[in-house]
Amino acid sequence: MIATTMARYDLARFGAEIFRPSPRQADLMIVAGTVTKKMAPQVVRLYNQMPEPKYVIAMGACAISGGPFKQGYNVLKGIDRYIPVDVHIPGCPPRPEALIHAFMTLQKKIDEQKLIGRERPRHLDADEPSEFPVPQFGEHDLVPTNNPEVWKPPVMARTA
Amino acid sequence: METLEQLKSRIESAVVGVRVEIIRNDSPSAQHSLLVDGEHAVAVGRFLRDDPQLRLDYCSNVTGVDWPDAEITEKVKVKKLVDGAEKEVEEVKKTRRAGCLEAVYHLYSMELKHGPVILRLRTGDRMDEAHLPSLTPVWRGCEFQEREVYDLYGIIFDGHPDLRRILMWDGFKDHPMRKDYVEPDDYEYEPTPHDEVLEKAKRHLQPEAKA
Repeated sequence: MIATTMARYDLARFGAEIFRPSPRQADLMIVAGTVTKKMAPQVVRLYNQMPEPKYVIAMGACAISGGPFKQGYNVLKGIDRYIPVDVHIPGCPPRPEALIHAFMTLQKKIDEQKLIGRERPRHLDADEPSEFPVPQFGEHDLVPTNNPEVWKPPVMARTA
Repeated sequence: METLEQLKSRIESAVVGVRVEIIRNDSPSAQHSLLVDGEHAVAVGRFLRDDPQLRLDYCSNVTGVDWPDAEITEKVKVKKLVDGAEKEVEEVKKTRRAGCLEAVYHLYSMELKHGPVILRLRTGDRMDEAHLPSLTPVWRGCEFQEREVYDLYGIIFDGHPDLRRILMWDGFKDHPMRKDYVEPDDYEYEPTPHDEVLEKAKRHLQPEAKA
């Protein structure tokens, strides 16, 4: 990610140069790397502190689904269990070109958003939530383990 | 540096009443360790740190081992009467090994540039008596590492200045690196599961497939 902001794969030419130290001034959150269960409530709190419109990029295999550490006892198996993710970047680690492609994909997605109608984005819809409940530390796991309104994995029917 | 047998005899003469045992490690690394009993561990640690020939002043690693209750089966050659003639027969001998938790310390010397010397401390029990003396007063570097061993194995270090969980959160109840730790039943969506993940997926997906 830092290599993408440097000279060779310059991210500033896409208008995405400034990394803010505070979530209040940001409109994009890049979740890069493994999210532990101990850190997960903080990530959700930071997301809640961002003003609308806000977008999330899940960068790397660990942020998408837990990655190579999926069977770990302290690994959150994907940040999309608690917050809605707009773009996923696969890779371990993702190349700088992949991050640039993700920015371009996000910009295209924003261009195609409609202002009115059923398919308008979350920040223009008064019924959609803009803050999500922060998970608490339970005795054996986070409580709740996922947010069912956010995380809807596809159900695969297997034969035997 | 001197051999482990010489070190053992010097520790026994320096610290009164200590019980030291050499545990051999027959792997290619050949890192044999000294098993020290809990009551004299701090005295042994101070001796190893202050002795002018050793000066083991750097504790590079503290880790834990979980020995569960196990039955060890060994094949032993025993002379027995078989068919009237005395022969050597292979018999299977079973011994019960009581479970315990163990803390392992790796010690190096920065001054004299030798090492490692490996210390093992065993607790009495896995349940109630999982107490060991903390070696943080001897080597400051043990502080965080002993917190990690407490967090993951459940060994309580008496005399540690700040014993609390370091990796898991404070309200967490289990000790994850123990052999009897059961992971929470977390539904992991996996497109091509294998082995144990496949078993988990079958348990979760079968009722949905039938519905």
